[in-house]
Amino acid sequence: MFGFALWSIVPLDRNVFGREGLRLGLDLKGGSYLVYQADVSDIEPEYRDEIMEGVKGVIERRIDALGITEPIIQLQKREGEYNIVIQLPGIADIEKAKEMVGLFTLLEFREQDAAGNWTAAKGTVNGEELTLTSRYFKENTYVTVNQLGSPLLIFEWDETGKELSPQITSRLIGKQLAIYLGDEPLRGEDGRPIAPVVQETIRDRGQIEGLSLVDAQELSRLLNAGRIDVPLGRWVDGAFEPSVPLYERTVDATLGADSIRKSIMAAVIGIVLLVIFMLVYYRLLGLVACLSLGIYGVMLLSIFKLWPVAPITLTLPGVAGFILSLGMAVDANVLIFERTKEELRGGRSLGAAVEAGFNRAWTAIRDSNITTFIACFILIWLGGGLGALMVKGFAQTLLIGVALSMFTAIVVTRTFLRLIIGSQVVKNLAAYGVTSVTSEARNLK
Amino acid sequence: MIDFVGKRQWFFLISGILVVIAIVSLVISQIQIKSPLRLGTDFTGGTSMILQFSPADSPEVSWRDFQSQLREEMAKLGYDEARIQDAGEGNFIIHVREITSKDARELAEKLGAELDSQVEITDYYLVSGTVAAKTARNAVIAVIIAAVAMMLYIVWAFRRMPSPFRWGTCAVIALIHDVFIIVGIFSILGWLAGVAIDALFITGLLAVVGYSINNTVVVFDRIRENVSRHIRPNFAETVNDSLVETLGRCLNTALTTFFVLLALFLFGGATIHYFVLVLLFGVIIGTYSSVCISSQLLVVWEKKEWGALLPFTKRPA
Repeated sequence: MFGFALWSIVPLDRNVFGREGLRLGLDLKGGSYLVYQADVSDIEPEYRDEIMEGVKGVIERRIDALGITEPIIQLQKREGEYNIVIQLPGIADIEKAKEMVGLFTLLEFREQDAAGNWTAAKGTVNGEELTLTSRYFKENTYVTVNQLGSPLLIFEWDETGKELSPQITSRLIGKQLAIYLGDEPLRGEDGRPIAPVVQETIRDRGQIEGLSLVDAQELSRLLNAGRIDVPLGRWVDGAFEPSVPLYERTVDATLGADSIRKSIMAAVIGIVLLVIFMLVYYRLLGLVACLSLGIYGVMLLSIFKLWPVAPITLTLPGVAGFILSLGMAVDANVLIFERTKEELRGGRSLGAAVEAGFNRAWTAIRDSNITTFIACFILIWLGGGLGALMVKGFAQTLLIGVALSMFTAIVVTRTFLRLIIGSQVVKNLAAYGVTSVTSEARNLK
Repeated sequence: MIDFVGKRQWFFLISGILVVIAIVSLVISQIQIKSPLRLGTDFTGGTSMILQFSPADSPEVSWRDFQSQLREEMAKLGYDEARIQDAGEGNFIIHVREITSKDARELAEKLGAELDSQVEITDYYLVSGTVAAKTARNAVIAVIIAAVAMMLYIVWAFRRMPSPFRWGTCAVIALIHDVFIIVGIFSILGWLAGVAIDALFITGLLAVVGYSINNTVVVFDRIRENVSRHIRPNFAETVNDSLVETLGRCLNTALTTFFVLLALFLFGGATIHYFVLVLLFGVIIGTYSSVCISSQLLVVWEKKEWGALLPFTKRPA
């Protein structure tokens, strides 16, 4: 039991060393949140998933190029619609970021001129000068491995590509053909530009060798995405408005800091009120509850930090959920204590009363908390929708909080109580909030 | 011993009055502002932002006067539909039709120049009408699903009792009662004080639903236990015993939750002010309804006294 209690406290250390490891939402640290719908009406349905993955990859690269740290780009598919969710933490030039997002995700091929500058690789089709771009690929670009096990990217040109490619590749044999996204060369995972050397004239189809598997797959996605223009914007009454986000939120960092300060103050005041109430009303039991509440708080924070599935981002409503769960975590303790006091009044010995209190209170704790779980699950499920970005944060923290409160009440509080009773330090029933068996019974009348 | 069950007609009367007030308020609101609740940006679409003003003569400034000046300037600039809320310390929450972040910045600059003040947009928020409609739809679905899920759960949890369906129904009636009263309160706040509901309101409402049922289950659990112990022959007395026994826990939990929420309400900042208010009301009403409504309904159902729900009606002997 001692070991168990000790084990529960262990996350304390982890926490002391890395509290800043908590992930804060944009409403707490400042930043922008954008949601765009994609117009996929020009894309054959079977290619949509892959192309949208490519669009996401392109946006990631563009945002990275703006020097924004730790952006989060997500692709959401809901009811056949594709949404791109962009989170830009910190102070960002939101207008610039929005401009970048709105651009066509075209990849451009460039060759080196005599001066060593990379310029667009051009050819002439039907008397018109055209640059070789991802637009001229067919939809069947894919990655495979050769007999030696190294990755190959296989592609095929469309009608225009078939005319452009031989003109360009024939003059570049033995030279590099670089791939550009906007004005930035496309870089592999090692940070070096991807610029394959042309081996022979490419007519209908070709392959790129020497890429790492990750790079090959990424390039394949980008080429597919760059084949068709996928405008990002939003649908309004069946018409598509490009470049206008469906949802946009930008929070100033100072407001975020202010929110954090206020939340901490509210939490501290709330907890102090809570502790006073518990100590006055339940005395020794209240002290036990406060101790286990302390452990509960520490564990909850460390769970937020170390949550294995995906780190939990703490938003302002999430903080509210956290503080609310503190208040509710006391509930399980209160249930047990009230039960224990009843048993004490009934004349049982201390040890027996505590055990009976736990056992009898358990069904109520379990059944009642499940209803909160149900509410939280519904919120997480439906709140995942766009308008309710903050909803999920609240539901997540409350859900974890309530689950953990059941654990701390049953394991931690019980361990403390057994330790106190086992050591026989406090035998006076008044310390447990039971003045005397008879007078309590009289009070009830 | 306190006799709760004997006073049930009074509880029903009080709740009945509250629900009627809520409905009346929804109707008044529908007439006055064309919507039973004042809907916020999340449900209507549009832009809302927090503007932080630091006027040149800042120590002497009266924020109330400043707000009316702000309203005038907004109207001059063509935003006469704007809703302006004072969020304290020179912060104003402004709800307008949909404007881009660029236009918002221009608007802020113009306002700053006219009102002789530094101005900063600290929170900019745009929701498209299409998302808003979906959010509103999801919100309604969420509350209905929650009610059904809670009912099913209680029927399942009390499956060994005679007529488990009855327990579920009573709990859900209490839940609907809670939702109605809170919606009513916010409806009144809506047409009286201009308080609008947003997605967080629905979140709070669902949390309240969870909390209220949580309380109800604790009481029901005790009734279940006492029924199976056959201490009292009479169901009404068993219910009353159970209520008295769980009263300490219900009040104490409500108090601890109330304390932390109150702290959050008073010191937690403007963004989640009304969200916390929903939770605060929810704790009070949820506790009241599990003691005074759901368990009492069980008694009424057991006695089949549907004709004598309210005081002054004759109770069958």
